[in-house]
Amino acid sequence: MAAETIPQSGDHAAEASAVGLPQLDLSTWTSQIFWLALTFAVLYFALSRFILPNLRNTLANRSDRIADDLDSATRMKVEAEEAEKAFEESLRSARAKAANVAESTRQSLDAEIQSELDAADADAEREADIAEARIREIKTAALSNIDAVASDVAGTIVSQLTGKTVTKAALTAALNKA
Amino acid sequence: MASGPMEQFKIEREADLFEIAGQTVSWTNSSFWMVVSVVLIIGFFILTMRGKLIPGRMQSMGELSYEFIADMVRDTVGPEAMRFMPYVFAIFFFILFSNLIGMNPYAFTTTSHLAVTAALAIFTILMVMVAGIFKNGLGWFKIFAPSGLPLPMYLIIIPIEIISFLSRPVTLAVRLFANMVAGHVLLKLFAIFAAFLLAKGGITSVGVILPVVGTLGIVALEFLVAALQAFVFAILTCVYLNDVYHVGHH
Repeated sequence: MAAETIPQSGDHAAEASAVGLPQLDLSTWTSQIFWLALTFAVLYFALSRFILPNLRNTLANRSDRIADDLDSATRMKVEAEEAEKAFEESLRSARAKAANVAESTRQSLDAEIQSELDAADADAEREADIAEARIREIKTAALSNIDAVASDVAGTIVSQLTGKTVTKAALTAALNKA
Repeated sequence: MASGPMEQFKIEREADLFEIAGQTVSWTNSSFWMVVSVVLIIGFFILTMRGKLIPGRMQSMGELSYEFIADMVRDTVGPEAMRFMPYVFAIFFFILFSNLIGMNPYAFTTTSHLAVTAALAIFTILMVMVAGIFKNGLGWFKIFAPSGLPLPMYLIIIPIEIISFLSRPVTLAVRLFANMVAGHVLLKLFAIFAAFLLAKGGITSVGVILPVVGTLGIVALEFLVAALQAFVFAILTCVYLNDVYHVGHH
């Protein structure tokens, strides 16, 4: 085992001392720098001319589009608010109109009721007056009849009791005295 | 098992292509994985390019990536720095994909090489300097002299500011490089140890459970580090870009 490893590490030591670090082998630098410059230049050209402008345009288009959409959303919101305001306005005016109609209807109904009530009152009063007048007539008629009846009854009673006839005038005077 | 922990960073020369100033440029495993990384990034983002108003899953990932880096640049520097956003985006995803590709077995971690991280760091700092001077003229050098200090303090502050500025590319490069190397070396050491215990046979092979559990833990940690280092590199790039735009209030 040991015999195997020792020559191996010896090989490595010899190799390392002969070549050194591969990075410090200056004979490879020209090639490396040449190819780095070439490949990096190609990469830079491809990126700056084609790839990055494309990505930039895509991103710019998207942000433009988003800004546009936001603008139109704002505009639509304003329009919706205006429509709502107009709707509320018309609602309010309709309500006021309805209130007006109700009020005027109520007033005209009130007036009608009042006039009918007045007419009914007048009728009732007139009827009451007529009835009162008749009552009064009947009453006076009845009262005057009572006098006549009373004098008749008194004349009859006197003639029955005394056999004498009494004049009407004397009866009336006697009754009025009583 | 035969390879040492540093073997994984070896650059394999596949073919020599041409020479620049006496230096040979070759096609290597590192080049291959850089190309893979860039192809994967571009492919991924092409799949996200649907452009739909309501994004699907792929498109959402692309848009989230865009918003993530754009917010990072905006929050750290400001909206005026958005012209650097593609650079920060490229830095972040190049490092992220390279790091994540490196987590796959047999794949090569291109960001584990100082040449790559240093090149990215130095280019970033040079870009900040050039853009700063281009934008502010020589007034840009005021970043080394914060305003509102008593005069003698500048004798101390200005050298400190210059040193801290010069250390930026070093720290930027070494942080990424060291994190990648350390993670992969640790992973390899645990794996080698597991294989070693297993090869011993007998009762010691039972102990293999320890390095295997350790390896699993480190794999999880390394995925975190892969994303975190990409984020750190990107956000430090943004912080340094601050010096382009806000010279006065340093």
